[in-house]
Amino acid sequence: MNLVRQSWVLLTTRYLRQLYRQPAVIGITLTQPVIWLLLFGALFKKVTEIPGFGGGNYITYLTPGVVVMTALFSSSWTGMAYIEDMDSGVMDRFLTAPIPRAALITASLAYQAVTTVVQSAVIIALGWAMGARFPGGAAGIAALIAISVLIALAMAGLSNGLALLARQRETLIAASTTLVLPLTFLSGAFLSLRLVPGWIAATARFNPVNWAASAGRLAIGGQSGWGTVGSYAGFLAIALVLTAAASTRAFRAYQRSV
Amino acid sequence: MTDVTGAVEATDLRKSFKGGVRALDGLSFSVAPGSVFALLGPNGAGKTTTVRILTTLSRPDGGRATVAGIDVLSRPGQVRSVIGSVSQRSGAVSQLTGYENLVMQGKIYQMRRADLQRRVAELLGQFGLVQAARRQVRTYSGGMRRRLDVATALVHRPAVLFLDEPTTGLDPEGRAELWAVLTGLASAEGTTVLVTTHYLEEADRFAAKIAIVDQGRIVAEGNSEQLKARLQGDSVQLELADAHGAELAEKALTRVPQVRQTAADGAMLRARVADGPRALPAVLAGLEAGGVPVLSVTVARPSLDDVYLHYAGRSFRQAEGITVA
Repeated sequence: MNLVRQSWVLLTTRYLRQLYRQPAVIGITLTQPVIWLLLFGALFKKVTEIPGFGGGNYITYLTPGVVVMTALFSSSWTGMAYIEDMDSGVMDRFLTAPIPRAALITASLAYQAVTTVVQSAVIIALGWAMGARFPGGAAGIAALIAISVLIALAMAGLSNGLALLARQRETLIAASTTLVLPLTFLSGAFLSLRLVPGWIAATARFNPVNWAASAGRLAIGGQSGWGTVGSYAGFLAIALVLTAAASTRAFRAYQRSV
Repeated sequence: MTDVTGAVEATDLRKSFKGGVRALDGLSFSVAPGSVFALLGPNGAGKTTTVRILTTLSRPDGGRATVAGIDVLSRPGQVRSVIGSVSQRSGAVSQLTGYENLVMQGKIYQMRRADLQRRVAELLGQFGLVQAARRQVRTYSGGMRRRLDVATALVHRPAVLFLDEPTTGLDPEGRAELWAVLTGLASAEGTTVLVTTHYLEEADRFAAKIAIVDQGRIVAEGNSEQLKARLQGDSVQLELADAHGAELAEKALTRVPQVRQTAADGAMLRARVADGPRALPAVLAGLEAGGVPVLSVTVARPSLDDVYLHYAGRSFRQAEGITVA
């Protein structure tokens, strides 16, 4: 199928090769989550002692939160590559070649998926080294990684769509920051929702980041929550399909502007 | 089947942008297969918009176009597989090497590995990029980058190659080299080349056919000799002592019946007349009566500048908005 083949060509001959040429990017991508884990781990170390949190090891609680947050943060910048491509003429080159519009989106999402898998694996390994424990075992860890990929791709689709509509770095940066921080803090990524004000807990129920954090935590916890994990993953998959489809359509807006 | 004969046919293309800017206003032309065709016009004439429509990047509000006999509006996907496109901006991925950019292009067009390897080696040689092939494009000079852009557009052996202002930013040597490649492509490989330029001399020297674009329309079409021959008469070029006297001089020449048209460019003034040597005394007398001192006078056969002036009603440099102090 042309869509799959062209996505593969773009992923391998362009995105992954370009990443390999930029070791600094790899370094920063992997260092950032380490900082989050160390920082939040130290900052909130004592919160598990608050009555109502449920006790336990905070690093165990925090690790899936940082996995999800990192996936969200790094994917929110996906659209920057599009803006660079529009400025450099690479986008026009691709649009005049026999590449389906959808393949431009899926190649970018596939690249984001690869990055997210590696980032998530590194965070999970580091969390384990810092004392986090994952009773859910390999299946739980795999599920956490899969969920982080889902939330990353949903965000990446949104970011690509915004990039095609706004076509300006400043706008994309402002939009991403405005979106990503509230989404993260209106979730149970760092704190049990039992401890936060009621309105935050209520909002979190509709927040994809909270779905991802909750599903990931349930999965690595190994408790009998697979049904919940599955339905959260389903919601995330729907969000992903919606943003990917919307961003494919946003190519039309870009082409009208040229 | 259609009655399409040209490798590129544009018919009555119309396009307006938001804010009511009319970029194309009924633009039509036809390009013979295997020839070099230049769309010549000042910045803002509509050349880029035309190329963007023909390369499927943009859609017109009205009109139709075919490339290699394929309808651009109804079958954009098919058009994309037979064209090569060099836009004003590079299009090369700067963190990849020149070699990697060429290979990526070939893979996008699903070329077989052995064929692609051969083609890439051939193009690197042809464009003088063998030494630089394994370097990242961000280290390339402007000229090398432009050569890579053209090589990239040729990897898949397109039937029609579009180049939008390919020589902008190149030194004279680089421009001549690029034109040599383009004319060679057309004659040796039968590739149809459509190139936009705002350099009159380039179009004059290299293009088999020129279409002059002004304000979204083709105002004249033909080869350089035909265009000039159609302007019967001569061009009297006057160098004025005072650049600010141009306006005064043009006013003075309106009273000289032999002068058909004038255009000022700083201290240079051109007047179109039927017969240069005969009209000269009257022109000079008219200027003297108007109190405009003249430094030198040349009578010449019309140039493309004069062609442009004749059809667009203003000098090329005026249209470009260049003011010479």
